[in-house]
Amino acid sequence: MNEHVRQVKRTVVGKGIAHDSAVKHVAGTAVYIDDMGELPGTLHAALILSPVARGTLHAIRTGEAAAMDGVVAIVTAADIPGANQIGPIVIDEPLFAERDLDYLGQPIGAVAATSFEQAVRAAHTVVVEHDKAEPVLDIEDAHARGDYVLEPQRLVSGDVDAALESADRVIEGRLDMGGQDHFYLETQIAYAIPGEDGDMVVHSSTQHPTEVQHHVAHVLGGYANGVDVHVRRMGGGFGGKESQATIIACAAALLARKTGRPVKLRLKRSADMSATGKRHDMVSTWRIGVTEDGRITGADVRYLARAGNTADLTGPVLTRAMTHTDNAYHIPAARFVGHACKTNTVSNTAFRGFGGPQGIITAEAMIDQIARELDLDPNLVRARNYYGPQTGETTPYDQPVEHNRLGEVTEAILRSAQWTERRREIDEHNKTGPVIRRGLAMMPVKFGISFNLPSLNQAGALVHVYQDGSVHLNHGGTEMGQGLFIKVAQVVAEVFQLDIDKVKITATHTGKVPNTSPTAASTGSDLNGMAAYKAATAIRARMTPVAARHFDVPEDDIVYRENRVHAGNRSIGFGELAHMCWAARVSLSEAGHYATPKIHWDFKTMKGRPFFYFTYGAAVAEVAVDTLTGENRVLRADILQDCGSSLNPAVDLGQIEGAFVQGMGWLTCEELWWDGEGRLRTIGPSTYKIPGSRDVPPAFNVSILDGAPNAEETVFRSKAVGEPPLMLAVSVWLALRDAVASCGRPGLSPRLRAPATPEAVLAAIDDMRERAG
Amino acid sequence: MTTQTAFLLNGAPVATGVRPDTTLLDLLRGPLALKGTKEGCAEGDCGACTVLFKRPGVAGPPLAANACIMTVAQIEGAEITTVEGLAPDGVLNAVQDEMARNGSSQCGFCTPGIAVALSGLLARDPDPDEAAIHDALAGNLCRCTGYRPIVDATRAAAARLRAELGGDEAPQPEARHAMITSHTDAGGATVHRPHDLRGLLKLRREHPDAVLLAGGTDLAVPLAGYETRWPRVIATGHVGQLRRIEATDTHWTFGAAVTWQEALEAVRDDYPSLATLIRRFGSIQIRSMGTIGGNIGTASPIGDGPPALIALGTTIGLASLEGGARDMPLEDFFVDYRRTALRDDEVITHVTVPRARAGTRFRTYKVSKRYDQDISTVCGAYRLDMDGGAVADIAIAYGGMAATPKRAPHAEAALRGRPLTLDAAREAGRALGSDFSPLTDWRGSAAYRHKVAANLIERLARDLAGETVEVMAP
Repeated sequence: MNEHVRQVKRTVVGKGIAHDSAVKHVAGTAVYIDDMGELPGTLHAALILSPVARGTLHAIRTGEAAAMDGVVAIVTAADIPGANQIGPIVIDEPLFAERDLDYLGQPIGAVAATSFEQAVRAAHTVVVEHDKAEPVLDIEDAHARGDYVLEPQRLVSGDVDAALESADRVIEGRLDMGGQDHFYLETQIAYAIPGEDGDMVVHSSTQHPTEVQHHVAHVLGGYANGVDVHVRRMGGGFGGKESQATIIACAAALLARKTGRPVKLRLKRSADMSATGKRHDMVSTWRIGVTEDGRITGADVRYLARAGNTADLTGPVLTRAMTHTDNAYHIPAARFVGHACKTNTVSNTAFRGFGGPQGIITAEAMIDQIARELDLDPNLVRARNYYGPQTGETTPYDQPVEHNRLGEVTEAILRSAQWTERRREIDEHNKTGPVIRRGLAMMPVKFGISFNLPSLNQAGALVHVYQDGSVHLNHGGTEMGQGLFIKVAQVVAEVFQLDIDKVKITATHTGKVPNTSPTAASTGSDLNGMAAYKAATAIRARMTPVAARHFDVPEDDIVYRENRVHAGNRSIGFGELAHMCWAARVSLSEAGHYATPKIHWDFKTMKGRPFFYFTYGAAVAEVAVDTLTGENRVLRADILQDCGSSLNPAVDLGQIEGAFVQGMGWLTCEELWWDGEGRLRTIGPSTYKIPGSRDVPPAFNVSILDGAPNAEETVFRSKAVGEPPLMLAVSVWLALRDAVASCGRPGLSPRLRAPATPEAVLAAIDDMRERAG
Repeated sequence: MTTQTAFLLNGAPVATGVRPDTTLLDLLRGPLALKGTKEGCAEGDCGACTVLFKRPGVAGPPLAANACIMTVAQIEGAEITTVEGLAPDGVLNAVQDEMARNGSSQCGFCTPGIAVALSGLLARDPDPDEAAIHDALAGNLCRCTGYRPIVDATRAAAARLRAELGGDEAPQPEARHAMITSHTDAGGATVHRPHDLRGLLKLRREHPDAVLLAGGTDLAVPLAGYETRWPRVIATGHVGQLRRIEATDTHWTFGAAVTWQEALEAVRDDYPSLATLIRRFGSIQIRSMGTIGGNIGTASPIGDGPPALIALGTTIGLASLEGGARDMPLEDFFVDYRRTALRDDEVITHVTVPRARAGTRFRTYKVSKRYDQDISTVCGAYRLDMDGGAVADIAIAYGGMAATPKRAPHAEAALRGRPLTLDAAREAGRALGSDFSPLTDWRGSAAYRHKVAANLIERLARDLAGETVEVMAP
């Protein structure tokens, strides 16, 4: 067992320390890329975007734009010295379109000018000569045509046909789920600074500095060692800066190479929302075999996902949807199929949850439908299908569900949310047939932690101790607001027993820690925290013998406490020991590396143990619905989230609340709307509505599961928290279904799409009333 | 004439020679190198660029506004406070301090704008309730936190400030008077700042192509997107006659350059439903700049002001140098999509709005995807004069249902002279089919608009009968 598990008293880890940049945030002094001092000669850039959803590019007429005041350079695919290729997994995505125009908003070039305004104006002035073809905009059309960006994925366990054949009832259903724009407040940006020998430094707002480094190198026709990528902080990421930041960084670097001057490329919000990918909208359809008492005997589920014009991350997104189609429920026989439909829309990408939300809402829609059609209590149907605590039941992909906390979180949330009383009260209210109906729902989440791709489950950290005892910390994770930097700093401070302000947090830098994984899949603190832990403990292990010699005691007698190093009642400052180590020629620097144990995955059979562990949560939501307009509001939400032994409960609480509200947005007010030409018409906050402060439930009770260290050996037994609580917002959608169901009669299941906009809710109510007769 | 625009920034005088059609945000982040104010959307909807703005000659605390859609043409003589001005000596103010302590920021990009907006709230309301805090935050989006800590920090900061004041009222800032230059010429663009109506009309006649700029909350969006430029601007904000509110027992007369925030204060008691609508249709950042005249003049089919004003029986006043003044019912002013009866040399001078009489019932309902700071899918407005149990007279107007905001004569006819029963309301709802042919767009399908417009009449009947009819009802 690791030392950190034995250690009983923690002094820094587990404390609710504020975000390291909190004071700078409120003072307006935190520096984002657009706030950096600009080097002399800096140019500003804008992208030239495709004006059509589908067509052939004949010529790009740049003459008029090039003649505009301040315009210095215009680049297109023809100017790329290396590979015109930025696909993160599949080699199918050009940086700039060459011949085929695949979506409206697709980058086809970029302009650099002496001001941002002139760059934007010049980009709009460029004339794109093209033919126009009929775009494929609908995922079911694409599926009918067999247009995919990837081969279908199939996850099969048991004999699902036999299970459906012998089931008491077979229930069929369908769910249309919308996509979601990330709407990070800081739009995509990169600042590329050319150096000698063709080198390039790129300040990029990216969750994946290594991918940016590699693609910039390849686009420029050089090697990775010629590109340094720096990331101090992002103004939000949410998955939208995992692969998508590459486009911006590569275009900026290309212009910097061409002009020999520093180039900053920032997207206006409308360009950002037009040109960069979003959460996948999907259609799931199912046939489920059930017993009369609501037990699932088999499930045949199909996903059609809007990949957009390229694969990007659609493959692993679908994999995560399929590996979360069980959510909390044991499905003895399963056939899950995922299709990555090719459409003439922007290529969809990672978004917090990464397919998990689509899988889990499908699971919950199935459970709710079973309960409604069999006229059973939905929570009873849930409980009957939960993975048992000790049964050793496995998921459809063969991973045993160990250390299962489903029963615990369900029982706790039903109690704390006063389920029984409120259920009765709401049913009474609805029985009187009011215009404003109410709905109530509970749901659990089981979410698998680790990248599905095993190779990404590694991390590096670089720790230096200086001669004055101050510590320099660097690691491969990026800070997008989630509090990763403070959490990892707490880990290092804990190892050395230093005050948190002795640990200097530094920008992510591919020259310091190479070959990093994206900060994604909730794994940031698990991976980088452990790598930093290993680096710090290795340094400490070299310092301890020096201290032991100094005090002339055995090494076991050396204790680090309160910024000092103790041997019995004698002590020296940590800085004094650091200086002694230097004088004794002991290295005070260490690169730590961590690889997640136990995981493996077979992509062909879709079997294995993709997840190091599961995290659990549960939520109860109550809503009010206007049956005349479909307007709706969340009145109360109660949440319980498993964070293991939280590294920082204040940061984790913020992640839970923020994720839940973001999930609410996905399921209620956030709607992407394309017109018949394939033009996205919701490209700014005036038309694309994310939740505002008044949309947050007026009663919002959020708790972190207490006394629940991770059974797996994670850093200080913590658990990942970034994504899982987003899916707890499915409780809101289920509560809306509950309110809609009150307009019908027992035996009928609501047909409610997501997002449940007022229009969608009213349509579901009218449909319910029509079917009820 | 000058080439400079002069204003106070964080308490210090500043003169700038940038073009008057430069946005304040670009001025701050560019030449003035104040990077705390952020660009999140450049359309006045996210609040990352929030500053506090105090007009010359107006007393009271400054109000939040969006720097992204405010132009240099509008800031002559004004006082502007940015996030850098909240902590001038490096000591965080109470809002900033509470926010930094309690997890009110994650990525931090929206945070300066939120700190500014909430500082503005506490300067005008030392004890805001939950609704007032949400109202102050309606123009600020945060994608990370879920807002809960931000709301808590506001309460904590308010309590601290009240304790510091020891129960005394905070001193209210006095009006600051500044010399307003009649026009500024810089970088090839000109802004004219007439001081009186005659000057305005003269300029309008001389420069029919000039941009007539009031609050700019709609007009400046393409400017902030670098899609247009304004070589010549006529700013209406310094024309005294356009800034007046006159109240009699029966009417208000609002000058065209009266802001929605000022109008909100005026109508609150007579028409609570209209006050709610005004709060919803624009955040404080929008209401502090956006004007009644601008909202009408921009002639949007989905503007929320016109349906309510039409239903209330508003008259609009227009004037030109040669044609003189003329009045017309507001409903006749809207000719077609984004087209009005305004002639090239004319300006809107005022609107006259009848006040509530005994027996008058007025309601307006807005349906949108989000409650706050959203554009209506459908906005209905209803004024009824009741005679006993029956509807003696009624005016119904809708926005979002046609190319212009428009009355619903068939629905009105279905209700006139009858008691407002549910059956009558539903019949009137069906009659709307003869009044409107709405479009399908991203805010809603034509079918939904039809259905909701009709159902809102049922809501009206239920509301007037005392039922709870809105999910946001407290």
